[in-house]
Amino acid sequence: MINQNVIIAEGLTKIFGNFVAVDHISFEVAKGEIFGFLGANGAGKTTAMRMLCGLSTPSSGKATVAGFDLFKDTEQIKKSIGYMSQKFSLYEDLTIRENIQFYGGIYGLSKKQIQEKTTYLVEHLHLQNYQNSLVKSLPLGWKQKLAFSVAIVHDPAIVFLDEPTGGVDPVTRREFWELIYDASERGITVFVTTHYMDEAEYCNRVSIMVDGRIEALDTPQNLKKTFNSLSMDEVFLKLARKAVRGE
Amino acid sequence: MVKSNSNNMSAVIVNNISKKYKVEKSQVTALNTVSFEVLKGELFGIVGPDGSGKTSLFRVLTTLLLADSGNASIEGYDIVKDYKIIRKKLGYMPGRFSLYHDLTVEENLSFFATIFNTSIAENYDLIKDIYQQIEPFKHRRAGKLSGGMKQKLALCCALIHKPSVLILDEPTTGVDAVSRKEFWEMLQRLKAQGITILVSTPYMDEASMCDRVALMQNGQILAIDKPDQINLQFSKPLWAVKAASMYSLLKTFKKWQAVESCYSFGEYYHVVMKSDLNGNDAIKSYLLQQQFLDIEVHQITANIEDSFMALMNKSHD
Repeated sequence: MINQNVIIAEGLTKIFGNFVAVDHISFEVAKGEIFGFLGANGAGKTTAMRMLCGLSTPSSGKATVAGFDLFKDTEQIKKSIGYMSQKFSLYEDLTIRENIQFYGGIYGLSKKQIQEKTTYLVEHLHLQNYQNSLVKSLPLGWKQKLAFSVAIVHDPAIVFLDEPTGGVDPVTRREFWELIYDASERGITVFVTTHYMDEAEYCNRVSIMVDGRIEALDTPQNLKKTFNSLSMDEVFLKLARKAVRGE
Repeated sequence: MVKSNSNNMSAVIVNNISKKYKVEKSQVTALNTVSFEVLKGELFGIVGPDGSGKTSLFRVLTTLLLADSGNASIEGYDIVKDYKIIRKKLGYMPGRFSLYHDLTVEENLSFFATIFNTSIAENYDLIKDIYQQIEPFKHRRAGKLSGGMKQKLALCCALIHKPSVLILDEPTTGVDAVSRKEFWEMLQRLKAQGITILVSTPYMDEASMCDRVALMQNGQILAIDKPDQINLQFSKPLWAVKAASMYSLLKTFKKWQAVESCYSFGEYYHVVMKSDLNGNDAIKSYLLQQQFLDIEVHQITANIEDSFMALMNKSHD
């Protein structure tokens, strides 16, 4: 596992004018790892994530994502990753089946693969009775689970999740994490941001960004030890309170 | 409690409010016979996930939406008949930022002051604490503010006419842990000045910041009480369990017949057994049998999320 790093970043930096949004961040993420990417609003998480997804060219530094160079091979990177944000990208006016088929097509799966995936996902998510319902008629929690499943429909090397669980009830939030564990067991690396500090505990390792830099990176257990804290909430507050810049 | 007595002490009285929306051909029940009272000077929280009816409820109480049935009053005024009086008494901060993006911080504030026939100077005391934090940016357009600063400005605008009741719809949603903490500290200071506060949140952990909370799900109130009291109602023993391999532990618990529920909480699972006879020893020995290593089991008291999930499951039955 040690040699199978799917994300390697070295001194990755993004500067807008004279504002250093992301300031020389270096880290590695292993295959199948659940990696929590935390930070206060404005710490630089979104900018860093956009770079890693190949959507924003870094100002300096080096990085490979899924084995591809972040400066040269952004198109290959986009094919090797999945992405889901709180504002999910499902089409409200398409049915559940149609959404799965659409994304399968976009990610270049064959007709046969799309058919198999659609059947599998509908069953796996227990949506048999709703597969022909429009997505807009679904409860929020179901949409979230569907959006996640669609984001990994092509079995990407990495899936990026940007605050995936905002606003759902506590049961659904936990069911969502079971999907994350399941994906990680299948070897998909999960890169996730969240405002729920209990969710930070579910990650294998957690990094905390403050003012564009990674101030801490370790397992939740070690972070609590290092910062002499009982919970990740406490760790986060201790670090994030040091921030000098706003959003 | 004698009704007329409670009326004198209550700033908000909600009585059997229901509201349905038509969506395409079907009907969605947003509020299902919701009733509660908020005492004068109380900090009252409505805690529930998206879609539980929090915003509909607040829109009814702020006289922006008519309920299908039921009635409610604010400071003794009926929300339908006396809506004009109520609008003067209420401060409302909607969930979506709704100030004028093209006006500066100061212009927004004086706009809202003028609408309510007052001035910034007249009620400056009330907002001073909060306004001072954004005053350095008072010539900046509201649209150019950061999320945290927008939130503070919106709170100032909701307070500038010195309302007796403040209604805040999810003020901390999408805000990081540090700013959330600061926001609740601001609310505590406002409460100390005698303002009644009704606030909604999807973050269960924020329930503990309120004097009393109503837990809401699917348009219904599951429970109303002090946060500690709600947790005391959790009737079964609750076990915190962890072991070396957490995901397979979860799968084991899901398969084990003797388990009633198992939910992850940070580094532990919170487990409720069907029979109270199955305690610490039973769980440990079963897990040992299943070859788990580094097993840790201890009894804990329920927190608000445990309680919420237990109540949710009860209401589904």
